[in-house]
Amino acid sequence: MMLRRPLFWLIILLAVLFAWLPQHGNNVALREDLILVAVAIILTSNLNLMIGYTGYVNFGHIVFYGLGGYVGLYLATVRGWHLVAAALTAGIVVSFVALLFGLGILRLRGAYFALATIGVLMAVQSFVANFEPWGRSTGMYVAFDSYAPLGGPRRALWFTYFLIIGVMALSLILSLGIKSSKFGLGLFAIREDEDAAVVLGVNATVYKAIIYSVSAFLPAVAGALMFFKNGMIDPSIAFEYMLSLEGIVMLMLGGSGTVTGSALGAGLYERLRSYLLTSPHLSEFHLVIAGALLLLVMRLAPGGLIGWLYRLVPRSREVVE
Amino acid sequence: MSGVLASMIDGLLIGAVYGLAAMGLSLIWGVMDVINLTHGSMIALGMFGMYLLFGAIAGNAYVLLIPLIIVGFILGVFVYWLSVNWVVDRPILMSLLSTFAVNMMVIGIGTAIWSTSPYNVNFTLPGITVGDYTFTGNHIAAAISAVVIALLLQGFLYRTRAGKAIRAVSDNRDAAELMGISSIRVLMIAFAIGIALASASGALVSTLFPFTILSGAGYQLKSFVVTVLAGLGKPFGALVAGVLLGLLEGAVSPFIAVSWIPLIEFGLFVIVLILFPRGIFGRATA
Repeated sequence: MMLRRPLFWLIILLAVLFAWLPQHGNNVALREDLILVAVAIILTSNLNLMIGYTGYVNFGHIVFYGLGGYVGLYLATVRGWHLVAAALTAGIVVSFVALLFGLGILRLRGAYFALATIGVLMAVQSFVANFEPWGRSTGMYVAFDSYAPLGGPRRALWFTYFLIIGVMALSLILSLGIKSSKFGLGLFAIREDEDAAVVLGVNATVYKAIIYSVSAFLPAVAGALMFFKNGMIDPSIAFEYMLSLEGIVMLMLGGSGTVTGSALGAGLYERLRSYLLTSPHLSEFHLVIAGALLLLVMRLAPGGLIGWLYRLVPRSREVVE
Repeated sequence: MSGVLASMIDGLLIGAVYGLAAMGLSLIWGVMDVINLTHGSMIALGMFGMYLLFGAIAGNAYVLLIPLIIVGFILGVFVYWLSVNWVVDRPILMSLLSTFAVNMMVIGIGTAIWSTSPYNVNFTLPGITVGDYTFTGNHIAAAISAVVIALLLQGFLYRTRAGKAIRAVSDNRDAAELMGISSIRVLMIAFAIGIALASASGALVSTLFPFTILSGAGYQLKSFVVTVLAGLGKPFGALVAGVLLGLLEGAVSPFIAVSWIPLIEFGLFVIVLILFPRGIFGRATA
C-alpha cells in the first residue's frame, strides 16, 4: 500500500541524500546545515498533524521538543543511559504528558485552544526554569564522557546526525501514513466541521487527544538528540516561543495539510533564515523579511507553495501529497 | 504584615497598567473576533514613543501620553488596513498569522534601530511615604492615568453614537449592517482604539521600569491572561481583572521567589480557560 506511493520513495531518497552528502569529503559544515533543516522538517511535519490535518492551531508546539531535550539529556548524562534508549524514553514520556495536557485543553476550540497552548508553553518553561534536578535557569551540560559509549565525540556527532535524519524520514512517513488512513479521514472531518464529524460517529475527543500525543513523540525524540548533540540545554533555548511561531510560518509557506508542503516550507524557510542571519547586511532584518514573506504568501497564495502547484498542475496531487 | 500590604498596593497600581493593555486586546477581540498578536510590538512602540518624545520635549511624561495615544490611533488605522481588514471573517489561523507577521516586522525594525539593549525614561514624580514604605509617584500617576483612560473609553462606548455603533457591531455585525452602520469603518475605529490603548500602556510602563524592544511580548502574554480572566470581549472587565492580577502578584511575591510567578500566572490562565471559558465574570449562557 505505502510502497506503491511515489512520495514514500521520495522521502526515502531525501533521507539517503541527507545521510550521504555530508559524508562525502567529511563535510561537517554541510552536515550542520542539513541537521537544522532536518529538525525544522521534523517540527513542521508534526505540527502539520495538528494544524493542517485537525485544524487546531498549536502555538506551543516547541514545548514537546524542549521537554524531550530535557528528559533525554537528563537520562543520557545524569543517569548514564545509552542515547537511543534515552531519546526513545523521552519520546514516550513527553507523549504521555501531552496526552494528559491534551485531555484538558482539547476541550477548547478555535482561538481558545490556541491561547491555551501558549499558556502551556509558558507554564512548562517557568516550571523547568525552577526545577532543581534539571539545573533551573542555567540548564544542563553534557559531560564529556557521555560521548564515550558512542565511540568518542567525533563518531557520536555523526551517529546523532544519522539518528536525526532517521527521525526526519519517520516524521514524513508518519504524516503520509496518517493522511491515507481511516484515522486521518476522521481528523480531516474534525477540521472541516467538528460537530458534523461527531454526528457521523467520529469520536472527536479520543481522536484529538491521540493526534496531540502522537504529534509530540518525534519532536521529543528529536529534541533529545539535538540537545545531546549541542552539548547543553537551558529553558530559554529549549522553549523558544519565536521558534514555535516560526514553525507555523514554515507550514503556511509550504502548504498546510500536505506532507510535501510541510517539508518544503521547513527546508526553504530554514535555509532563508540561516542565509539572512549570517549575511552581514541583512542579519538585522531577518524578522522583517520573514514577516513580509508571510503576509505575501497569505495574500497571494493562501494554500502555500503546494496549493499554488495544485492550481497550476491539478494532476500533481497524485504524486505530491 | 504591613510589608505584604505595601506589596499588594504596589501590585494593584501596576495591575491597572496591565488592565489597560488588556482592554485593547479585549476590545479588538470582542468586536472582530481577531486575536491581535501585534499587541506586544505596539506596547513596545508605546515605550519607545515615550522615550523619544520625552527625550525631545522633556515635559511631564504623563501629559505626553495624550499625543502618544493619538499617534497610536493612527498607527492602528495603518495596521488595520495592512493586516486585519482582509482576514476578518476568515479562519482564526489567518488573523493570528497576519497580525503575527506584522509583529515580526515591527520587532525586526525595532531591533535594527534600538538593538535589544535596555532603555529607560528618566522622569520621577515625588512619592508618598506611609510609615516605613514609600509608594513612588510614578506608580501612582501611572495607575491614575490608566484608570482615567479606561473610564474615558467606557464613556465613549456607552455615551456616544460611535461607541454605540461599536457595541452594535460587536453584538451582531449583520444586524448592525442592516441598521445602516458601516461595519468596516467601525472595525477600523475599534482596532485603532485597541492599538492606542496598547501604546498608552506601553508608554506608562516605560515610566516605571527599564525596557527593551522585546519587552512588549511579556506584557502581551499578561494581557492574554488578564483578558481570559475577564472573559474575552469585555473591556472594562479587563481593567478589573488586570488589577486583580497585579494584586495577586503583589500578594505572593513576598513569599516565593519571583521566578515562580509565571508558573502561577500561566497555570491559572490554562485552568481558567478550561473551567471558565467565559471568564470569571462571565455568565453561563447556553
